[in-house]
Amino acid sequence: MAKSMTSQRLVDWHQDIFDVLIAHNISIVAHVPDAGHGPLINKCEAHSEMQTVTLTTEQDGVGLLSGAWAGGRKGVLLMQSSGVGNTINALALPSICRIPFLTIVTMRGEWGEFIPWQVPMGQGTPKVLEAMGVRLFRVDASEDVGSAVEAAVNSAYNTRQSAAVLLSQKMIGAKQFKQG
Amino acid sequence: MLHRRPTVSFLLEDRPANLLAVSGLGSSTWDLSAAGDNSCNFGFIGAMGQAAPFALGLALAQPEKRVVLFTGDGEILMSLGILATIANLAPENLSLVVLDNEAYSETGGQPTATAGPTDLEQVAKGAGFTNTQSVTHDSALPALREMIRGTRGPHFANIKIVAEELPLVFPYSFDGVTAINRFRDAATA
Repeated sequence: MAKSMTSQRLVDWHQDIFDVLIAHNISIVAHVPDAGHGPLINKCEAHSEMQTVTLTTEQDGVGLLSGAWAGGRKGVLLMQSSGVGNTINALALPSICRIPFLTIVTMRGEWGEFIPWQVPMGQGTPKVLEAMGVRLFRVDASEDVGSAVEAAVNSAYNTRQSAAVLLSQKMIGAKQFKQG
Repeated sequence: MLHRRPTVSFLLEDRPANLLAVSGLGSSTWDLSAAGDNSCNFGFIGAMGQAAPFALGLALAQPEKRVVLFTGDGEILMSLGILATIANLAPENLSLVVLDNEAYSETGGQPTATAGPTDLEQVAKGAGFTNTQSVTHDSALPALREMIRGTRGPHFANIKIVAEELPLVFPYSFDGVTAINRFRDAATA
């Protein structure tokens, strides 16, 4: 069966994430660019009330969103699993201050990965996030993305905790590499 | 060479109500506390490298207020990429003030890169800041004080200070929740 014909491809999960962000007045979208998040980043950049911030390293997103919350604005950090490792000590800030922290992570290194260098941090991502007290909302099917992001938003901003949505590589589709 | 405590106190003297002050891990937080407790202060006691990103987020969220960051050379050196991010976003209400003693003073005074050839004002310029200065004499402080309070930013000031051991002055609370709740109430008032 052709992969493109699976039911998962009929759901515009980037749009579902965008709709949840808008509904919750999440207006700062910090990211280190990632192909999996690409369509969502484009939607956010095109929206007049969203402010996208391109970071040079994911850890800066933790401080940035913490400062924004202290100033009364809500945000989200979009990153790839390889970027999660960059955030670890920074997560002490939302943890010890109980600042809401929300991130949406596109997973690599777990399903059909071509690049071996993606595997260590991909496999380590759930463990290190949990070790830092971040609640995980894992999604394996595109029709569940919207509800998982909704749950994570509420967990972060209603209960002042750190929450991460992990979008599985199986759902996103492994990036294809062809030489020459 | 300037002394850090009188420098920070001078820059915050008779501060306007709309000035939010953030300080980076270590000595800068003791300096901010020594200048006097204020609900518009938030001092880092950890998460090294995150003070400038925090100040940026705050400046974006509160464009009608002024935000000043006091941090050390060691702390800002941990996350120099944030200078490029700030320069690209160019928030008009943000000033970065680096207290540069060329040493990791909290850990025994080991030299930082600025003890060698690294010049943080040049780094900020290269990152895209157009309003930068290196301060080596206190005659520059009155103008810097005015800049922090009203001139269109972002600004970057690197102040060369004496490496000196000073008594610690603790902030309002070591409990992060207590500290951030008070600060957030003041920042969003």
